[in-house]
Amino acid sequence: MTTSIKKLPDIEQVLSGNGACGGCPATMALRIVGKALGPNAIMLLTPACSVASMGMTPKLGYNWPCINICFATAGSSASGITHAIEIMKEKGRLQGDLPTVFSWAGDGGTYDIGFQALSAAAERNDNFIHFCYNNEAYSNTGVQRSGATPRGSYTTTTPTGKRHPKKNMALLMLEHNIPYVATATVAYPGDLYDKVVKAKNTPGMKYIEILSPCYLGWQFDMPETVQMSRMAVKSGAWLLWEAENGKITFNNPSSQIISGKKEPAPVDEYLMKQGRFSRLLKGPDAESRIAEIQGDINREIAFMRERAKITY
Amino acid sequence: MKSVTKEHRPISWPTKGSGGDTGSWRTHRPVVDIKKCTKCQFCWVYCPEAVIEREEITIDYQYCKGCGVCALECPVGAISMEKEE
Repeated sequence: MTTSIKKLPDIEQVLSGNGACGGCPATMALRIVGKALGPNAIMLLTPACSVASMGMTPKLGYNWPCINICFATAGSSASGITHAIEIMKEKGRLQGDLPTVFSWAGDGGTYDIGFQALSAAAERNDNFIHFCYNNEAYSNTGVQRSGATPRGSYTTTTPTGKRHPKKNMALLMLEHNIPYVATATVAYPGDLYDKVVKAKNTPGMKYIEILSPCYLGWQFDMPETVQMSRMAVKSGAWLLWEAENGKITFNNPSSQIISGKKEPAPVDEYLMKQGRFSRLLKGPDAESRIAEIQGDINREIAFMRERAKITY
Repeated sequence: MKSVTKEHRPISWPTKGSGGDTGSWRTHRPVVDIKKCTKCQFCWVYCPEAVIEREEITIDYQYCKGCGVCALECPVGAISMEKEE
C-alpha cells in the first residue's frame, strides 16, 4: 500500500518564494523528497533548473546544506562526500546519525554529461542517492535535445522532431547491480515518498528517476503539470517500477498495464496536448509519426515485461 | 578558530523569498471556497511552492506564483482562479 496524502509528514524542505517557475515539477518533486529524507541530508546540485531555483545569495530556497558542483561530477562528488563523512565518523568528529548524501540532477546531468561519473559511482556502490528529475530536455538552457528526449519531439536543436528513441536510463543503472533503482513521477506523491524512504534505508548506491513534465519545454498550459505526468503513466509512455536487489516490481497503475489487466490509453491524446509533439503532427505524415512513437512505447512495455521475469 | 558572525559569512542561508516576492509574478489568484472543500489535501501536496496551509487551506499570497495547479487538481472545484487587478 502506498502512503496516502494525508499521512505525509508536515516537514517542508523547499521554502516558499524560491526562483522556480510557477507550476515547476522539480520543486513539486523535491518537496515530497524532502518529506521523506528529513533535514539531516546533504544536497548536491549539478547545473540544472534547480540551481537557478535556489534564488539569490544570501538567501537559499532549500532547507539543506547545498553544494553546487560541476556538470559531469554528480557521481564523483557524492562519492567523495560519502567517504569523507564515513571517515569523520570513524575519527569521532561526527556524532549521531550520518546525514543522507543525495545528488539532485536533471536529465542532462544524468543521461549525457554526468553518465561517466555516475556509472563509476554505481560500480563502486557508494552510499548515496542519485535523483534524476527528468524533463526530457535541457530545459534550463532553453530546451535542447538530450538523451532523454523521446522520438518525434520538438526541441530547439531538433526542429523537425528527434529521430532517435530515448534510452532507458533506469534500466541501465539496474544493470550496474546496485541495490535500489526506482522510477516515479510527480502525479503519484505517495508512491514517490515510499520509494525515497526505501532508498534512504538501503545502504549502497540508489537511483531514483522522477518524470517531471516541464510546461515550457513540453509546451502545454501551466496548470497541467500534474495531469501531463498522470497521462504519461496511463498511456504507458512512463512506467512506474522499482527494483530491490535486482528484482523488478511494477507499481500501480503501470502494473495493470504490464500484467495486461488494463490496456494503456492511446498515445494520441497525450501527444496532442503537448506543443512539442502536436506542432509536428499537422502534416500528411502525422499518422506514421504517431505510429512510430506508439511503437517505441509498445516496445518498452514488452521489453520491461519480459525483463521483470528475470530474477537471480 | 576566529569567530565570524552569521551575517558576514559568504554563504547563503535557508530563507523564504529567495527569489524575491514571487507573488508579484501572478496574473491569476487562486481563491478557496472553503464550504466546498473536503480537506483531501490534494492542493497542498501538489503545490510546487508550499504556500498552501494543510489544515485550514489558506494561501500565502506573498509567495504564490499563481500557477493554477491547485485549481485544476481540486476534485470538487473548490479553488477558482480569479484575475489579478
